[in-house]
Amino acid sequence: MSEFASGTLTAKNIHLSFGSNHVLRGIDLHVEKGTTASVIGPSGSGKSTLLRVMNRLIEPAKGDILLDGRSVLKDNPDELRRRIGMVFQQFNLFPHKTVADNVSLALRKLRGMSKEQARSEALAQLDLVGLKHKADARPANLSGGQQQRVAIARALAMKPEVMFFDEATSALDPELVKGVLALMTDLAQGGMTMVVVTHEMGFSRNVSDTVTFMDGGLVVESGSPEQLFTEPRTERLKGFLSDVL
Amino acid sequence: MDLQEILKQLGETFLDWNAMGEVIPKMFAVGLPNTLVLAVTSGIIGTLIGMVLALMGISRNPVARWIARIYTDVLRGLPAVLTILVIGLGFGPIIRQLTGSTSPYPLAVAALALMSGAYIGEIFRSGIQSVDKGQLEATRALGFGYGASMRLVVVPQGIRRVLPALVNQFIALIKDSSLVFVLGVLASEREVFQIGKDLAATSGNLSPYVAAGLFYLVMTIPLTHFVNWLDRRLRTGRPEKKEPDEAAAVVGKGAQA
Ligand SMILES: Nc1ncnc2c1ncn2[C@@H]1O[C@H](COP(=O)(O)OP(=O)(O)O)[C@@H](O)[C@H]1O
Ligand SMILES: [Mg+2]
Repeated sequence: MSEFASGTLTAKNIHLSFGSNHVLRGIDLHVEKGTTASVIGPSGSGKSTLLRVMNRLIEPAKGDILLDGRSVLKDNPDELRRRIGMVFQQFNLFPHKTVADNVSLALRKLRGMSKEQARSEALAQLDLVGLKHKADARPANLSGGQQQRVAIARALAMKPEVMFFDEATSALDPELVKGVLALMTDLAQGGMTMVVVTHEMGFSRNVSDTVTFMDGGLVVESGSPEQLFTEPRTERLKGFLSDVL
Repeated sequence: MDLQEILKQLGETFLDWNAMGEVIPKMFAVGLPNTLVLAVTSGIIGTLIGMVLALMGISRNPVARWIARIYTDVLRGLPAVLTILVIGLGFGPIIRQLTGSTSPYPLAVAALALMSGAYIGEIFRSGIQSVDKGQLEATRALGFGYGASMRLVVVPQGIRRVLPALVNQFIALIKDSSLVFVLGVLASEREVFQIGKDLAATSGNLSPYVAAGLFYLVMTIPLTHFVNWLDRRLRTGRPEKKEPDEAAAVVGKGAQA
């Protein structure tokens, strides 16, 4: 049973180039409703770009993106992004706004909530990530771990059907990683559909339902965590795992 | 000529109390208000022009970028006195025919505004472009369009960080407003410098200029210090202390995973 209005996300044969740099060379990714797909791979393999194409921050040159089986490429991209939450490596909180205003901005401007309504909803989301008491602080006065939890609350406030995490713990001091991973684990177990780009092999192995290994703009291997971590079939994945583990 | 004579002569030139006594009330009554009106109105209009130029300068439309570029290069590249003279004298007859007004005062404001708009445009543009790309991306990821993202998140941050440069620009306007004397405005429309200049002609010494200088310094020095304070404040933020992360407050059942 899911606490979230999750959806199923499918990317089909995604191609994208930056100039002459063919960054995505035909990517397929399927994330079943309520499950977590982790995406691993060396730096520069196109993981971040894939996330940005799937929520149409960048338009794919070729391929299709389906939410609950329906292509979303003809929809208004702004409306698609309201259905997909995204969390960044660098948090990207709005430094000139309070924590509560970071969370309530989209509720007020995009969901048309009144100021009071948006604030009480924001406080509820902050409570969920354990930071209600920081509602009136500025992001700069929070630790990295706290900032990332606010960023998660900001994305969750829009009641997304899918959540993207792009190396959400890579910029954190080691002692702060655990709190954020725990929160992500809670979301995964609560039934959120998630695509998690990560270097945390423990999370990928223990929490995700499927693992996709990308290299050079291609999916090199994908399957269950069991398969990829215990019986990697390709030399590239073996090499990658021996480097990171 | 001994030292005492030299000092006496300098005193008569720069600190003639009679001339000062005459000029200072006039400064308060006419000069100062006019300097402030010129600087503030052209500053406000210049800020609006600058905002439009900055938005054109960062727009995705190459024609808009070009127009902004040319405007900025031309108005920043000309001496202020030349711009004021050309606009003031060039458009004077047209304004007279259209409105019947012979006062070059509005044209002086226009010239100062057009000029400061070019500088302010560059200040805004650099501020907006210095905002981290992640801010636009995060705002768009929430579902905001490009325009709303710029308006709600990127531009306010860009402006905030160039406030010191903006105040500096206002200081420059206070000083440059002295150049409108080249247009020969009416007696009641004269600003600090010209009041000093007029009275220096009758007193035969430079004391009225010294008085004018003091008036400028009283306006500009506090603003300069305000800029420094603002700059420090924006750099370091309000003094508030950071707390360590209290991981225990969040970790739910996931902590055991
Ligand atoms: N905005 C961009 N413009 C041009 N090239 C880009 C851009 N973003 C990423 N790239 C290039 O695309 C490739 C893949 O980058 P990225 O998706 O960030 O990889 P990863 O997240 O796996 O490290 C890299 O070669 C990178 O330099
Ligand atoms: Mg990346």
